[in-house]
Amino acid sequence: MIELIEVGKSYGTTRAIDGLSLTIERGEFVVLIGASGSGKSTLLKMINRLVEHDRGKVLFQGQEIRAFKPEDIRRRMGYAIQSIGLFPHWTVARNIATVPELLGWPAARTRARVDELLALLDLDPALYRQRYPQQLSGGQQQRVGVARALAADPELLLMDEPFGALDPVTRGALQQEMARIHRASGKTIVMVTHDIEEALRLATRIVLLDHGRVLQSGTQQQLLAQPASDAVADFFGRGERGLRLLALHSVAERLRAGEPAEGAPLAATLNLREALSLMVAQGAERLPVVDVHGRRLGAIHFADLLRAGRE
Amino acid sequence: MHNRVLLVLLLAAAAAALGLAFVSVAPNRLVSGQGVALQGLMAHGAGWLGLPALVLAWAAFVPNTRLVCTSSALAASLALAGLLLLAGREAALQSGALSSLARVSLGGGFWLLALLAWLAAADALQRAVLAPGWRTLAAGVLAMPSMLLLLAGELDALSLCKEYANRQDVFDAAGLRHLQIVGATLLPALALGVPLGIAAARSDAFARPLFALLNIIQTVPSIALFALLIAPLAGLAAVLPGWGIQGIGLLPAVIALTLYALLPIVHGMAAGLAQVPAAAIDAARGMGMTARQSFWRVELPLALPVLLSGLRVTTVQAIGLAVVAALIGAGGYGALMFQGLASSALDLVLLGVLPVVALALAADAAFGLLALALPGPRR
Repeated sequence: MIELIEVGKSYGTTRAIDGLSLTIERGEFVVLIGASGSGKSTLLKMINRLVEHDRGKVLFQGQEIRAFKPEDIRRRMGYAIQSIGLFPHWTVARNIATVPELLGWPAARTRARVDELLALLDLDPALYRQRYPQQLSGGQQQRVGVARALAADPELLLMDEPFGALDPVTRGALQQEMARIHRASGKTIVMVTHDIEEALRLATRIVLLDHGRVLQSGTQQQLLAQPASDAVADFFGRGERGLRLLALHSVAERLRAGEPAEGAPLAATLNLREALSLMVAQGAERLPVVDVHGRRLGAIHFADLLRAGRE
Repeated sequence: MHNRVLLVLLLAAAAAALGLAFVSVAPNRLVSGQGVALQGLMAHGAGWLGLPALVLAWAAFVPNTRLVCTSSALAASLALAGLLLLAGREAALQSGALSSLARVSLGGGFWLLALLAWLAAADALQRAVLAPGWRTLAAGVLAMPSMLLLLAGELDALSLCKEYANRQDVFDAAGLRHLQIVGATLLPALALGVPLGIAAARSDAFARPLFALLNIIQTVPSIALFALLIAPLAGLAAVLPGWGIQGIGLLPAVIALTLYALLPIVHGMAAGLAQVPAAAIDAARGMGMTARQSFWRVELPLALPVLLSGLRVTTVQAIGLAVVAALIGAGGYGALMFQGLASSALDLVLLGVLPVVALALAADAAFGLLALALPGPRR
């Protein structure tokens, strides 16, 4: 869907992006991560031409993006940013309708789409359609921001630290929404973040950037278990590596079906990191596992966790 | 003791009623009149004014509720109408008793009492904490009794109204001319000021010398600016005869007023654009608005409230400054005022000044209502 070939961007003598190549396939949830100044935001903005590359090629659907008009390409890509940038003089409905309006959709189609998106983002349309952004909480505003980015059913969704300014609870809720939307719609999403947990939770592929270059690109498992360099290992925190690896697997995956065990049961939907925490808290090496209805499924052993971490 | 302001107003009113002439009576237009105090009019019903005064006194000592605000606003409004009615009746009486040449004009006592009643009404509206639009409406309602008296002809015998009756056509022509001056000022000021403001918002290098120049213009006294324009325009008129250019009259007045009007408009436009959130512009561009779409749909609407407040200042300022333009023969209400000043005819001066004040207040209120009509949540 997007192909970056040896692209570069310089501001004066500093190279923000330095001969970087990256391919993003349809349906991927790519998270660009890195310290500030690593060029992750610049890279994202190159995809919708808010930043023009001065070396290399950026291809969208196989064509160099300079062949498109910037406005046309941006209307085909959703865009959500940390500061949200809702238009304060427009209602929630009109904000969400921004791109459909630019594309000249008929009013009825736009209206139906707005209501559909409000419902998708867990905002009651009847209640929120006519509100103004100032009348919403930060989390609600970003829900509207995401709805606005999704409005014209874009082929690609670009998100620049969309949840960076939200409190942890709201951020967690919105991350879940994004994961759900990605699973349900199969949209290609490129998200910039500096939050490692967010990257590990959401990405189908993580791209770690540093000084305008790709340090490593791969799944959570690959970056944590097989870091390409010391810098990668350092970035993900050597001390937390094991725990982060555990967090990638669910109890259900490692469950010993039918095996009995003593102690307070844990839910199969928890991840192994949470399972470890409960084992430590109870001082038990094995615990029973139950499903969402409280039915016994089996047991999980401490040794299962160790094996999962080593894979 | 809940409302010190009201109490002070009442004490001042008592002093004004006792110490100053309420109306002054002269046998004709030329001689100066004899003052008549309010207590001299007791036989003619001045005592009724005690009623609203009592209501206001009560309102000063009880906690501030909707009811108290409403009754004190109404009392102040009725007091103002009562003052007018009393003066009008007295004038009618005197004209009948002396001769139709007799002049009864409003004295210092009346003006001070009227001002205090108006302040009491404004204070009540302030305390009622109404939404801006409702406050304007309420002010209109409170002015109704006085307006009705004027329309019903109850005040016709007052010298001010006689002066108006004598010069109705001059007065109406002056009003039309005044509006022409203001209109002819605002249109070019907007046409010039808005683009200049946009340019100033985009380029600091342009903004700095521009605002320096506009600030200097603003500091030149209006009379001096009018005088400065006479010579070049007269020169231009000599070079281009038949173009209708004159060193005095409407043209220099409009040029000078436009120059004054530029600063608030340019500043309003530039400041308005500067306070548009950067995130909104970023989002607009990122979602595929062209620069033009972003300007018309996002930046300009968001800058509009600040531009409107600049335009509000400009309009009120132009209405006031247009008075001075009469000095160089531009006409308008200023002409009446200066004519009155030259002949020591106070009523004529008032005939020029009062409509200017009314016009300025009306323009201010109109812009207040216009600001409410802008899209966005009610603040």
